[in-house]
Amino acid sequence: MTGTAPAAPAPLVELADVHKRYNVGRPNEAEVLRGIDLAVGPGEFLALIGPSGSGKSTLLNILGLLEPLTSGRYRLQGEDVSTLDDAALTLRRRATLGFVFQFHHLLPAFTAEENVTLPALLRDGRVGAADRARARELLAAVGLAQAMHKRPGELSGGMQQRVAIARALVHDPPLVLADEPTGNLDRASSDEAFALLRRMHDERRTSFVVVTHDPRLAARCDRVVELVDGRVVRDEAGSGPAG
Amino acid sequence: MATLLGFERQVAIRFLREGRMQSVLIIVGVAAGVAVVTYITALIGGLQRNTLEETLGAQAHLTLYAPDDVVRPAAPRVDGTTTLAATQARAQRLQSIANWGPLMDAVQAWPGVAAVSPMVTGAALAQRGEASRAIALAGVDLDRYDRIVQLRSKVVAGTARLAPGDAILGQELASDLGVQVGDRIAVSTGPVTDTVLVTALVDLGIRDLNRRTVLVPLRAAQSLLGLPGGATRLDVTVDDVWQAQAIAQSLRARHPVKVESWQEANAQLVSALNAQSVSTGVIRAVVLVVVVLGIASVLVVSVVQKQREIGILRAMGATRGQVLRVFLLQGAIVGAVGSALGVLLAAVLVWAFTAFVRGSDGAPLFPITLEPALLLQAAALATVCGVLAAIAPARRAAALDPAQAIRL
Repeated sequence: MTGTAPAAPAPLVELADVHKRYNVGRPNEAEVLRGIDLAVGPGEFLALIGPSGSGKSTLLNILGLLEPLTSGRYRLQGEDVSTLDDAALTLRRRATLGFVFQFHHLLPAFTAEENVTLPALLRDGRVGAADRARARELLAAVGLAQAMHKRPGELSGGMQQRVAIARALVHDPPLVLADEPTGNLDRASSDEAFALLRRMHDERRTSFVVVTHDPRLAARCDRVVELVDGRVVRDEAGSGPAG
Repeated sequence: MATLLGFERQVAIRFLREGRMQSVLIIVGVAAGVAVVTYITALIGGLQRNTLEETLGAQAHLTLYAPDDVVRPAAPRVDGTTTLAATQARAQRLQSIANWGPLMDAVQAWPGVAAVSPMVTGAALAQRGEASRAIALAGVDLDRYDRIVQLRSKVVAGTARLAPGDAILGQELASDLGVQVGDRIAVSTGPVTDTVLVTALVDLGIRDLNRRTVLVPLRAAQSLLGLPGGATRLDVTVDDVWQAQAIAQSLRARHPVKVESWQEANAQLVSALNAQSVSTGVIRAVVLVVVVLGIASVLVVSVVQKQREIGILRAMGATRGQVLRVFLLQGAIVGAVGSALGVLLAAVLVWAFTAFVRGSDGAPLFPITLEPALLLQAAALATVCGVLAAIAPARRAAALDPAQAIRL
């Protein structure tokens, strides 16, 4: 009896020879990404590290469909998204991606619960009972059961980042992109937020790409990709959550 | 099922509530603008209506006369010759409109004509004892004339009645002659003198008319003025006073009579009303421009202040169209709420004007009404202005690059 090895799961993200230049054709033209090849599989927890100006945030923006690439190819869930127009990219972002930003970036006029139900409001024009229940469940999961009706201004930095994490996950996106999610927090809050990201990943097997400056946190990811001068100079396994 | 504009509505309201002081100030600004526009429109409308009512209350909308007597050249000019002549205009004698009976029937059937009344009018003298006054003697058919100037509603003493030998006097003339209802006066036109019984005194709304008007039956005036069976004018009331000029022109083209519209008889008044309307229009336009600029400036500031929020929403999947509509909706909300408050403020202003601004007799100067149509028009206009004002800021917000907006 002969058997075949199970096929490797198709990558969620595939970047092939991606270049990004700003101010093309002007004297101040700058190439920020120089031929990036990167694949992120389903359920990966990947850290993107590198010095300032190495192109981490630009790469994250491209992964997040927030910026177009200058050349190369980007396939998301098997679909070539390099040539989609703005409207199509927007709908793709809405359905496929979750974002966690360094400065929390919650809407100050909305409560924690309302911030978390924003994706449902965007999608349906209203927030149903099921959406609200899901938001509460997630807020409880990130330890904010008592702060659901507070505005961002009434929450600490760490609490705001936990709301942002809940918001990024509420619509079950296959990929969450986090740009320095702990960069604005003290060490204790930073550890707490990172542990929460890991826990959410482990519970849901959502793919995470996390940009960080902190080598200590990067080491706790499953895979570490290092960028220098717009090129991938290291791509290796991290030590995982135990690290 | 997706709710129409649910996202846009919620975000627009939250954005407005977030910038509370800014929102309150611009809503108050819009309310003030709408109140000024509504109040001025109602005030000028009331003033013009009142002026027209007073003017047209004592006169016909159209008057038809016999054509003027003109001097005709003795012989036609021969080509190649020059004639030197000094022509003196003929004095106009009192003359009847030819075939006024059939003409009256024809005018009565004219489109837009509501009523026609024949009149014989000329100068005369009214006497009682030692007192005598120059008067305008008018012979009318009371029922027909009532449809022209609503004479019965102007009676201040007695009962309007014009049987043979009866007369109706302007109240000032009665006072000058010292007569009351039931007294007799002599009316003289030179060769003919008649004695008439005063049955009613009327207030025609214009002191000069009250001082010289004597109305008698048509036949009596024909006899006194030496025009048996004649009528010197036909008074006409039309359905729409602003169509009087057009009807006058069509009548002139069809019948050999002189036709004068109320606009021609009151050219200065019409000019004043037009100037007033133009001024009001200019004030309204300026106020609306200020309202639009006010809303636009607040929303431009709001877009700058909320760049990061707009970036987050775009990153989360808000389309450019959704962002555009969030700001257009803010403009519409500011316009609608401002106009609702403005309409209330206008109602207060109108009430205050009516309650506190009084004439020398203690009565309100003139009635002002806030027509529902005007209120709806003002509210709709302000809302549309709000949306128009929001277009530029909304386009700017929708065009924001999300990656750049988030970095700010």
